[in-house]
Amino acid sequence: MNNVQKQKRANKSSLPFFLKEEFKVSFIIIFISTILLITTFTFDIVPPILNRGIQPATFPKALLVLIISLTLLVYYLSTKKPWKLEKKLPKTFYFTLLSFVLFVIISKTLDFFLAISLLSVFVSYSWGEKRIIYLLLVSIVFPIIVFIFFETILGLRFPPGIITNIYYQV
Amino acid sequence: MENLLLMMAPLFSSKLLIVLFFGTLFGLILGVLPGLGPTTGGALILPFTMTLDPLSAIVLLTSIYCAGTYGGAITAILINTPGTPAAAATCLDGYPLAQKGEAGRALGMATVSSTVGGIFSVIILVFFAPLLAKLAYEFGQPEYFALAIFGLTMLASIGEGSPIKNLIAGAFGILISTIGKDFMTSIDRFTYGINELSEGIGFIPVVVGLFAISEMLTQSTTLDQVFKRVALKAVKLPSLSDYKLTWKTILRSSGIGSFIGVLPAEGGTVASLIGYSEAKRFSKNPEEFGKGSIEGIAGAEAANNAATGGAMVPTLALGIPGSATTAVILTGLIIHGVRPGPDLFREQPEFLYGIFGAMLIANILFFIFGFFGAKIFARITLVPNKILWPMIFAVSVCGTYSLSQSIIDVWIMLLFGVIGFFMRRYGFSVVPVIIGLILGELVEGTLRQSLVIFDGNWLMFLSRPIVVTFFILSFIALIFPLLKKKK
Repeated sequence: MNNVQKQKRANKSSLPFFLKEEFKVSFIIIFISTILLITTFTFDIVPPILNRGIQPATFPKALLVLIISLTLLVYYLSTKKPWKLEKKLPKTFYFTLLSFVLFVIISKTLDFFLAISLLSVFVSYSWGEKRIIYLLLVSIVFPIIVFIFFETILGLRFPPGIITNIYYQV
Repeated sequence: MENLLLMMAPLFSSKLLIVLFFGTLFGLILGVLPGLGPTTGGALILPFTMTLDPLSAIVLLTSIYCAGTYGGAITAILINTPGTPAAAATCLDGYPLAQKGEAGRALGMATVSSTVGGIFSVIILVFFAPLLAKLAYEFGQPEYFALAIFGLTMLASIGEGSPIKNLIAGAFGILISTIGKDFMTSIDRFTYGINELSEGIGFIPVVVGLFAISEMLTQSTTLDQVFKRVALKAVKLPSLSDYKLTWKTILRSSGIGSFIGVLPAEGGTVASLIGYSEAKRFSKNPEEFGKGSIEGIAGAEAANNAATGGAMVPTLALGIPGSATTAVILTGLIIHGVRPGPDLFREQPEFLYGIFGAMLIANILFFIFGFFGAKIFARITLVPNKILWPMIFAVSVCGTYSLSQSIIDVWIMLLFGVIGFFMRRYGFSVVPVIIGLILGELVEGTLRQSLVIFDGNWLMFLSRPIVVTFFILSFIALIFPLLKKKK
């Protein structure tokens, strides 16, 4: 077991620096922060008479510079002491992530209830649930209960869609 | 005397008693389920609290907090998986003792020490919160700015994981709070022409995303995990010899937990680890720790529940959350139009003492529920993830949508779910993001107002003794982890 760990670490240390997770994570944080930092230069400037202490862009700028500096420090420290190895992500993770994308698309184009229902059955099935009765429970029965509960208790009106319109008799 | 009567108010209100009953029950269920917990549960229940009056809403949230913290111990002892992070130290001795066929004894000790720790911390809360609030009367904008900075640095140094990564996460949280119209000049920041972003990003989508949705993604990676539950006949009250062995540990851990809770950090988790290690240090039988020591369970459980009352001290007295769950409670206060801080103590004592009383009752209620119902609650852990998490998703989506009836909020929740998953995967705690988001407006607002007061002269900060004290404490908080590492 110990040998396997050592082998993995050895393999990891032999990777070029730009393929290591420490670099990838630090790069993504710095890249996004830099884009946001550039955006702050497009913020409107307040005339001195209305300015309260500092310009609206100053505070976010300072935060982004702080994030970039600290990330560089984290990366520098990771070259001395590499991060612990993470397990490869399983297929079920990617299925769940894909279900989120489908949820966004369906909730925007077709129906909010349908999106929840399809996500539930998709996630439950891909996580290993094959029994029809349980799939029906998570995809239809439970979302209906939640919908009715939110509608009656909180007076919530859900966004229009092919199924919701039938419910609201639009 | 008058305050004592105000504390008793929940006992004479059938509505508050019902809220307490359901809050404690719900908190226990959340605490028992690994991956959920009082923070996620509190965030999920926030939209429902809009149907309640402010006191009932906060009583509901605090009872979930108290019971949820205890509930984690049931799972820790019976399936060796902490229901909440604060119960991680309980696994070390709880599960080995349960494997020896003494699950009832382990749960009995966890229940008693959690209750004592919880009640102890409420007493601390009753005495210290008004004192801290009195002190806060002296605070102006610069002092609040320094206090918020101190809170964030403490969170970085005492919280779990790398302090630098915690600081990055805290700064990220504050950055999120800057999205939308600048509250002083109404200038758009990071809105990219999207109207919905002008109002800023709400707390609920972020917290539900970072906790519930990211946990759902985490659960999707651990589906091969098999939980083995130890059989439980009944919870047993500790014997006289157990009491003799543990009473000092319980009291010590209650003190440690309350103190750690007051510091703005992820109180319960750190408190239970320190409570546990101190119990081991003072024990006459340290070699038994890790093999089923009853003192280990008492030390960890008294400390994590004592942190609940402690964490409420800065939340109510200063408006600075002491933990992630108190950040949710603070949001509950704000959305119900209650502004925590010194004025609250002067203007609405009946509201505050009602909360204190409710926390006291919640601690007694979870003792009763835990003692008689642990066996039933333990069965909840048998609900398979493949059924439970799609259901939690449905509640998360509807709850997030309900607050401002915006589908964008739901998408933001999903986005933060993915961000939260990767943050946790690479060792960035998500708690500082929440605290940063809550404190963001306070940090920026007080900084800018201070600069107006100081006519733009930054050095004037150093002319205020309280500010200098907080800056020195922040500096110590930042270098403390480095010193600890060198040691």
